[in-house]
Amino acid sequence: MAQLQAKQDALTARLAGLTAPKGGFSHDARQAAFARLAQMGLPGRRDEYWRYTDPAMLNAVAPLEADTLRVEVPIFEGKDKLRLVFEDGVFDAAASDDMAMAGIEISLLSQADAQDLHWAKALYGTLEAAGQTPVARPFASLNTAVAHEGLLIRVTGKAPRPIHISYRQKSSTSDAILHHCIKVEAGADLTVLETGISGARSNVVMEADIAAGGKLHHIRPQGRSHGKQLVTHIFARLAAESLFKSFTLSMNGRMTRNEAVIEFTGDDAQAHVAGAAVGDGAFHHDDTVFITHDALRCESRQVFKKVLKNGAVGVFQGKILVKAGAQKTDGYQISQALMLDDDSQFLAKPELEIYADDVVCSHGSTSGAIDEAALFYLRSRGVPMRTAQSLLVLAFLAEAIAEIEDQDLAEDIRARMEDWLSRHQGK
Amino acid sequence: MTVMPEIEIEVREGVDRETIETVNAMAGKYKYGWETEIEMEFAPKGVNEDIVRLISAKNEEPEWMLEWRLTAYQRWVEMEEPDWAMLDYPKIDYQDIYYYASPKSMEVKPKSLDEVDPKLLATYAKLGIPLQEQMLLAGVEGADEPRRVAVDAVFDSVSLGTTFQAELMKAGVIFCSISEALREHPELVRKYIGSVVPQSDNYFATLNSAVFSDGSFVYIPPGTRCPMELSTYFRINAENTGQFERTLIICDKGAYVSYLEGCTAPKRDTNQLHAAVVEIVIMEDAEVKYSTVQNWYPGDENGVGGIYNFVTKRADCRGDRAKVMWTQVETGSAITWKYPSCILRGDDSQGEFYSIAIANNAQQADTGTKMIHLGKRTKSRIVSKGISAGRAQNTYRGLVSMHPKAKESRNYTQCDSLLIGDKCGAHTVPYIEVKNNSSRVEHEATTSKVDDDQLFYCRSRGMDEEEAVALVVNGFVKDVLQTLPMEFAMEAQALVAISLEGSVG
Repeated sequence: MAQLQAKQDALTARLAGLTAPKGGFSHDARQAAFARLAQMGLPGRRDEYWRYTDPAMLNAVAPLEADTLRVEVPIFEGKDKLRLVFEDGVFDAAASDDMAMAGIEISLLSQADAQDLHWAKALYGTLEAAGQTPVARPFASLNTAVAHEGLLIRVTGKAPRPIHISYRQKSSTSDAILHHCIKVEAGADLTVLETGISGARSNVVMEADIAAGGKLHHIRPQGRSHGKQLVTHIFARLAAESLFKSFTLSMNGRMTRNEAVIEFTGDDAQAHVAGAAVGDGAFHHDDTVFITHDALRCESRQVFKKVLKNGAVGVFQGKILVKAGAQKTDGYQISQALMLDDDSQFLAKPELEIYADDVVCSHGSTSGAIDEAALFYLRSRGVPMRTAQSLLVLAFLAEAIAEIEDQDLAEDIRARMEDWLSRHQGK
Repeated sequence: MTVMPEIEIEVREGVDRETIETVNAMAGKYKYGWETEIEMEFAPKGVNEDIVRLISAKNEEPEWMLEWRLTAYQRWVEMEEPDWAMLDYPKIDYQDIYYYASPKSMEVKPKSLDEVDPKLLATYAKLGIPLQEQMLLAGVEGADEPRRVAVDAVFDSVSLGTTFQAELMKAGVIFCSISEALREHPELVRKYIGSVVPQSDNYFATLNSAVFSDGSFVYIPPGTRCPMELSTYFRINAENTGQFERTLIICDKGAYVSYLEGCTAPKRDTNQLHAAVVEIVIMEDAEVKYSTVQNWYPGDENGVGGIYNFVTKRADCRGDRAKVMWTQVETGSAITWKYPSCILRGDDSQGEFYSIAIANNAQQADTGTKMIHLGKRTKSRIVSKGISAGRAQNTYRGLVSMHPKAKESRNYTQCDSLLIGDKCGAHTVPYIEVKNNSSRVEHEATTSKVDDDQLFYCRSRGMDEEEAVALVVNGFVKDVLQTLPMEFAMEAQALVAISLEGSVG
């Protein structure tokens, strides 16, 4: 009881500083989210789902000050894309491209929400609400309730160019809350690139509804700032024969919690979630994934790799839930940590919960230092120590990067990783 | 508990049908479900300070022991029953249980097993447990060198007696019931009890600390290899009675002991509670091998009756190079809640956990281990094989923790689950916590059904379907069976066969 009271008190304090839009089409969803929140409060340290990550920084009324990087190095520059820019959580029209693109309907939540009817009415807050059982995700409900801005993207055919959501942080105290809805209609195909940091602290929710045969690729390099505090949720619902692939690159960051909640509702669909996280020093990074198989012959893959040094903490909580009747499910999960020195920590809870017999599900988890034998081999072939280490770290991360289908994009991610390594060598 | 309606299990391939039918046919075939009719003495139902005092008085315990129990009781009253396990059972009414039940004939403590009521001895004879010292365990007759096993027989709340005590004493080994140890060796008990599983460790262990009635005590002196295997056989007989036994094993420097534990109970429509605590202290260079074949009454095919088994088992490798090996074959109980753990405190100490957990019909098992690496270069290995059939739920739950100081330590974990039928569940909940980089932790888990290719191969070699399934299942659990002492391995193999394969095996 006392515990719940503390959680509700934390919520009251947090909400005091926030103003919720009245909402047009989203009004009911926001009210429902407030009601859910009132029930659960904000997470506490004793919640099983927050066993390895202290939610204090995310619960705090104001974010910790986070230095803004003078230059957030651009990525994916060689790619022709439609760029939409958010600065400290506010849409920057001047820096953004024209939203018109064949086969795609894009609107801003802040503008669309003036209307009572919008296609996103059926999606906004819906997947988030469904994702609250069996485990509560209060920050996602908070987001649904109070988000002022976000993108509503509906794609009906093959998108000619990727949509690039580019975040910029200019203020060292900004607290950004963004809520995106993506509807991939039957047979449509879209790539979404999400880059940079939206604020000193950010809370980003993406609800993705993928209809039969639809495809959504999502690549997300989360920016380099050391001070950022970040909580993200992806809620994806997959209809028959659809595909969802999401890759996240996390570099640095004081506190990052990336949750992915994926549900298969149609047969023969595929979902891959992958992540590569590299941290040096004050770095706490948490990947929490929950995949529900409720259809036949679906395939899910979770591939998460973390490189940790100087007291960095890596957390992985992954779960595959196979409901009764979800036969021929193929579920795979791997979480690995490479610890470059003795101060870092890797905390993992890879779970399987299976109620169907004709399935193949497996998970693996390993942690340890760089393989001395491999290092020795490289050095004996004349490769300098630093290069050899970098090679082995990149090789370790390769399995996660391999989840990116577009080779140009994968190459950019690889380059970014090499760059990080070159700047974080030695103590 | 309500009676579950018969559920039609959907089957896609012939072999599943065979297996499921065999499994169904097994329901109600629990071999040890009979009851010994004997006059019993009960303490009043329920638990309170008076009951705690009564149990302590019955065992003629020293004052400090009573105080210890009362402290535990006071803690327990303030605790809440944990609900994190993937187990679903109606709330236990702790005031509706007898906490002490002893055969009337045991009121005056028999001086030796010869004086024990023949009816009680007959119970063990029927269970196949040799209480005469000249008897050998079934299945090993004709072996070149007959192997002997010393047995402590616990019947409801009391120990009937312990065999081979005199011979063990010659080697300096103390093997007796814990109540006897509290009378004869109070200093040893006082030094070690609660040092591995503290009084208020968890809800069930705390209850046990308050009301444990008997159990076994083992002390192996330095440099001694225990001359024979030690064994405790637990039998629940009386109705509405909980069994709360406490086992304490101390293996001193350089000593070795292999300890076996078995348990059965009569078939009843009501659930019975069993909440035991096992504490093992292992000193420098010592080694303990602890094997369990848990075959409590599992309830019938509709989930009516059966034992609720809530057990806390922990071994503390206190000295360098100490070694512990847990092997468990869990086939019984309606509910199993059990996590035999290893605290690897000494440098270079080793912990191993091998488990076969079979859940059939409406059984639910949530079991696994904890490997706490504290010392340098400590090693642990976990091999868990879970089999679910019927409507059963089987969960592996485990923790591997590498502390910052546990440099160059090593863990390997393998959890495999096999599902038979589409109404059961198999779950894996591992926790991995690594806090240094010189340690290596590897965890692997798989869930699958009986492999079609393997079955096809066996069939193509002329085996019938039942034989093929038996072979595949035996192959699945082989890694664990191999770690059991021979007598137990035979019993366990038979049990695996009986739990899943019926006439096959």
